[in-house]
Amino acid sequence: MTMSEGDLAVTEIKFVRGATIAARPPPAAMTGALGWLRANLLSSPFNIALTILIALLLAWLIPELVKFLLIDAVWTGADRDACREVVQHREIGACWPFVWERWSYFVYGSYPIPQRWRVDVFFAMLAIGVVWLLWLEAPRRDLGSVYFFIVLPITSFILLTGWSAIGLPPVDTALWGGILVTIVVASVGIVCSLPIGILLALGRRSRMPAVRLFSVVFIEFVRGVPLVTVLFMASVMLPLFVPEEYSPDKLVRALVGIALFASAYMAEVVRAGLQAIPKGQFEGAMAVGLGYWQMIRLIILPQALKITIPNIVNTYIGLFKDTTLVFIVGIFDFLRTVEVARIDPKWAAPVTSTTGYAVAAIFYWIFCYAMSRYARAMEARLAQGDKR
Amino acid sequence: MSIDLPTGSPPARVAFYNDPKARSIAYQVALCAVIGFLVYAAARNAIANLERAHIASGFGFWNTTAGFDISQALIQFDSQTSSYGRAFWVGLLNTLLVASIGIVIATILGFIIGIARLSKNWLVAKVAAGYVETIRNIPLLLQLLFWYNAVLKALPEFRESFVIPGGIYLNNRGLFIPQPIFKDGFGWVLIALAAGVIGAIAFYVWARKRQEQTGQQAPVFSVGLALVIGLPLVVLVLAGFPLAFEFPAAGRFNINGGIEILPEFAALLFGLSIYTAAFIAEVVRAGILAVSRGQTEAAYSLGLRARPTLRLIVVPQAMRVIIPPLTSQYLNLTKNSTLAVAIGYPDLVQVFTGTVLNQTGQAVEVVAITMAVYLTISLATSLLMNIYNSRIALVER
Repeated sequence: MTMSEGDLAVTEIKFVRGATIAARPPPAAMTGALGWLRANLLSSPFNIALTILIALLLAWLIPELVKFLLIDAVWTGADRDACREVVQHREIGACWPFVWERWSYFVYGSYPIPQRWRVDVFFAMLAIGVVWLLWLEAPRRDLGSVYFFIVLPITSFILLTGWSAIGLPPVDTALWGGILVTIVVASVGIVCSLPIGILLALGRRSRMPAVRLFSVVFIEFVRGVPLVTVLFMASVMLPLFVPEEYSPDKLVRALVGIALFASAYMAEVVRAGLQAIPKGQFEGAMAVGLGYWQMIRLIILPQALKITIPNIVNTYIGLFKDTTLVFIVGIFDFLRTVEVARIDPKWAAPVTSTTGYAVAAIFYWIFCYAMSRYARAMEARLAQGDKR
Repeated sequence: MSIDLPTGSPPARVAFYNDPKARSIAYQVALCAVIGFLVYAAARNAIANLERAHIASGFGFWNTTAGFDISQALIQFDSQTSSYGRAFWVGLLNTLLVASIGIVIATILGFIIGIARLSKNWLVAKVAAGYVETIRNIPLLLQLLFWYNAVLKALPEFRESFVIPGGIYLNNRGLFIPQPIFKDGFGWVLIALAAGVIGAIAFYVWARKRQEQTGQQAPVFSVGLALVIGLPLVVLVLAGFPLAFEFPAAGRFNINGGIEILPEFAALLFGLSIYTAAFIAEVVRAGILAVSRGQTEAAYSLGLRARPTLRLIVVPQAMRVIIPPLTSQYLNLTKNSTLAVAIGYPDLVQVFTGTVLNQTGQAVEVVAITMAVYLTISLATSLLMNIYNSRIALVER
């Protein structure tokens, strides 16, 4: 049967439609906002019940939060009387004047007031280093890493502890506190843990039994015990192990504990990356005549670190949260300064604690959430090469 | 194919310092020497420092009378007669108590939230995601301090306690609940419970066998429930209800009787469960997403309904992915319970590494014992995990 015959047959039979009917629009309840509601919130009786339950929960929680943080909050005042219901005769939310007054204590701790510009310079230098390293289109990122891992630690150390020869009076670390200490502890952990972690990870995969044994024992030991006990060990046992005259100060002990702890976790993250590198890469590097360190530096690490960046950042998030634990060995980190300030009789009111904790929670949340967003963006970016 | 080597020429000789074998031995000897020297120096310094401070060494303190009180002790402990060794066991039991209850709550909460994150209900999924993102990004210590200082310590004073019907009191000293007292004959109830559990397992095995042979299904769940819960209840009634409750009663200065749940314990339990649940939720979500959609579609096309598909196809495969990271979250919870020291719950670290260390000054021994405990728990768990992993590993042809 040819085409023309078929066409003819169709046109001759008048009751058969020649053209297709245009599709009818879907029922109104299936599209648009209504359809979305039906599919996503009200698809079954169980879902309807869940939706109502959650909506009620949110309808209670969100106004309560807004009321506490903004509507009922006290914005100005000189002391605790401004934030007490018995004095003000109204419902009281967050006590913000307490935060305004204590903010500089939260940031600098007891760092001498005339010297606080040094802390500000340190924050600025650190911010430059972080942006230089994390912003992928930044110029000369190789210089950036030299700056971040070598120049910055040395200059910050001189800047913060002081050096009389260049006119910076020494500041005892016992006076450091607040966000300064939190940032210092986190940065030392971040800067130390990556190189030590890489060395330990390489050691764990080494062919030399003594090196491998040492790495495995160290990593498994540190990962097997809680950070609190590592910090206790650093703070009570470290002074025993060194001659009395070299006994390190409290902050240094905690820094050693945090750096060792973070290194062991970093080692396992890096090891996972090393394991993902095909054997052919090692063999290829050896075949072109590279020595061990050249092979690691030029061929293996660039690939291994690239795929582990998201996990490295996740370890950093954990490390940043763990800096709060130095609280327990008596160091005035940000959380400890909040804790000290909230029991100050000058601001003793029922809402003071909650206000202090809310500020601390917002601070930690912003940092951790920003890091996790960065890790996720990085992951998406790195996955692009593998897309087809 | 062979390569013709120039014959006759001797193999190229390498100077011994370029020989990889010699180098590797030299590196290892150097490493051992450095570590050995560090250990030696540390030990020498420690001995010198301890002697100067007149601190005894050795484990003699273990049997010395402790002389301090512990607010929560699962075994008999009093400050006059109990030793440091007993304080250690009290602390360890408290750690295990909070960790085991915390693990149960965190698992239930974590699974609910993890599944909720994958829900088709937009609101449920978003709220679950919000929970995870908020809780995960706030330090646990801060959450513990919040629960303890801002919530539980802010409860009303003893005089204005909340009284919950059923003899429960809640105030800033803790939660007081009735204590069950088992009279003679309660043993029969326990025997009935054991019999019920064994019976339920036997019924499950029989039902499964019958289903394999004949295809007939049996109501395993309802029969099992009847055996495990119904049987002990029947025996309880038959034995004349050998169970009484001691109700807490408000005295002049405190509440007497009943079981007292300390606010420290409750705060630690809340904090640990809520924090770990956020991580478990992510583990569960990743596990379920790891089972490919094809598995579900294949099950549907075989005629399985939604519930059996979930139970027989998706969950067993997801569990393979979920269990290893889940165990490491359990370990994290146990290790994080050491934060008890910040709110004064008498766990191992607070009692032993805190009070005992301060009283005896024997830092090396005390810290070593504490670390050994956590290390044992960790290594034992990872050993079990390795055995489990090798058993469930995919066997591919």
